[in-house]
Amino acid sequence: MKIKLKEIAHARSGDKGDAGNVGVIAYDDKGFEIIKKYLTTEKVKKHFEGICFGKVERYEMPNIRAINFLLHNTLGGGGTVSLKHDAQGKILASAMLRMELDI
Amino acid sequence: MKEKIRIASGQGFWGDLIEAPYWQVTKGPVDYLVMDYLAEVTMSILQKQKNKNPDLGYARDIPELMKKILPICKEKGIKVITNGGGVNPTACADAIIKVAESLGIKNLKIGVVLGDDIKDRIDEIISSGCELNNMDTGESVKTVKDKILSANVYFGAFPIVEALEKGAEIVITGRTTDTGLTLAPMIYEFDWGKENYDLISAGTVAGHILECGAQSSGGNFLGDWQSIENMAEIGFPIAEAYPNGEVIITKHDNTGGLVSFATIAEQLVYEIGDPKTYITPDCIADFTSIKLDDLGNNRVKVFGVKGKPETEFYKVSCSYSDGYSAVGSLTYSWPQALSKAKAADKILRKRLENLNLKFDEIRTEFIGYNATQGPLSTELDEDKINEIMLRVAVRSKDYYSVERFGKEIAPLILTGPPGVTGFAGGRPKPSEVVAYWPALIPKKLVQPVVKLYEL
Repeated sequence: MKIKLKEIAHARSGDKGDAGNVGVIAYDDKGFEIIKKYLTTEKVKKHFEGICFGKVERYEMPNIRAINFLLHNTLGGGGTVSLKHDAQGKILASAMLRMELDI
Repeated sequence: MKEKIRIASGQGFWGDLIEAPYWQVTKGPVDYLVMDYLAEVTMSILQKQKNKNPDLGYARDIPELMKKILPICKEKGIKVITNGGGVNPTACADAIIKVAESLGIKNLKIGVVLGDDIKDRIDEIISSGCELNNMDTGESVKTVKDKILSANVYFGAFPIVEALEKGAEIVITGRTTDTGLTLAPMIYEFDWGKENYDLISAGTVAGHILECGAQSSGGNFLGDWQSIENMAEIGFPIAEAYPNGEVIITKHDNTGGLVSFATIAEQLVYEIGDPKTYITPDCIADFTSIKLDDLGNNRVKVFGVKGKPETEFYKVSCSYSDGYSAVGSLTYSWPQALSKAKAADKILRKRLENLNLKFDEIRTEFIGYNATQGPLSTELDEDKINEIMLRVAVRSKDYYSVERFGKEIAPLILTGPPGVTGFAGGRPKPSEVVAYWPALIPKKLVQPVVKLYEL
């Protein structure tokens, strides 16, 4: 069964130098179990192919049903150097929620 | 000791809603107003302003704001804490004193935190053995030393606490962590020990929730955003803090927005790395220990926060000049808007190549198609596209190349694909690229200085 990440989670993203961070928050405990199992580092790395050119780090925050991802080498040099329209990675969260999970 | 204090967030960045601080001090009870004005890019802008005029270099919105809120804050006993002093906190304090005099205010104590500006001390710091190596690349700061525009240490809450202990009603700082602004009044009012890391971390978490203004009270909320009511009059967050470290995040009654588990959770994950080690000058907070209890009615209790001792370093942020950039755009319309924009981009690139210009990067994005989500964007049926904005950005160490790029946009209108408009703004001008150099410095090499100015 395929589900859209957007249906079970919300998110927020921002910049940390040339890395973007995306925190994905499940709406309920069931959703958190799903993202814990299926929202893997590899899955995220593949999803952001052509956007994230560095490694992906993944941190679980069960206290708020969240997983935080750090996407390295993603913002075209970072905040003020970047030529990207979204130089601060504000849209990475929305881009993450496009993902489909095969569960 | 007070049973609780209410700390109101008034600005999430320089450029935030101008009315917000006024709303915070008038729409309900608060004890402190905290305002974050500084982003990394702001420091270099302020430094340039100070280079031109030694009386500038701070957030110039502050005197204007003070004219409006100072009488209210004096009457209600609300203290104001802000890092809007930028690279010239003393000049900011002078400007506020002038405002106070013009308002006929007789007594005012302003605390000023100095010592974070190490721009003129870099040689001395290098010769003491600290080369301010770049945290990302490991390179010595010597490689960019001659191009440095600003260099500031991030101080934490304790210099602000010292200013409050000296009786300051307003505290103006230079580079201070956003979290320190909110943590400081808790330490001061509740007499929290420096080594009580759980409490210090609890105040730090509250600071993180407040530091981006309404982004924790319904603004930029990616959950059910349409359910957020009355964003036009959005209530900025307020931390109701208790001596045991528990904090209730709320907002004034009769304001818009929403404070809920979901809006707070979104702010908690904003711009964090490893949630177990959220490093500030005051502590290392563990964001996986935070417990949230949504009490309803726009009240969320934040509790259970654990923390560890601070590190022996301050973070330093240097800004340096790193070439030039420019952005040009044109809008192409139906029919075949995307094909036209793509063709125009090709023509432009060919002309830039023929001119032998030197660029470090040329980036093309098609607004309306792929500018925000790149390769994740879905293919569009071109007959249904009304318009596409072609956005081309360049960066180069060579000023001439960037300037010449700016002259190659408008010609596309008469010498390229049809159905094009949107060049009212004139030629794109080169702007200086300011890059950042993050580094660490041993705390013993820098001393915060707290001064009190009295009217």
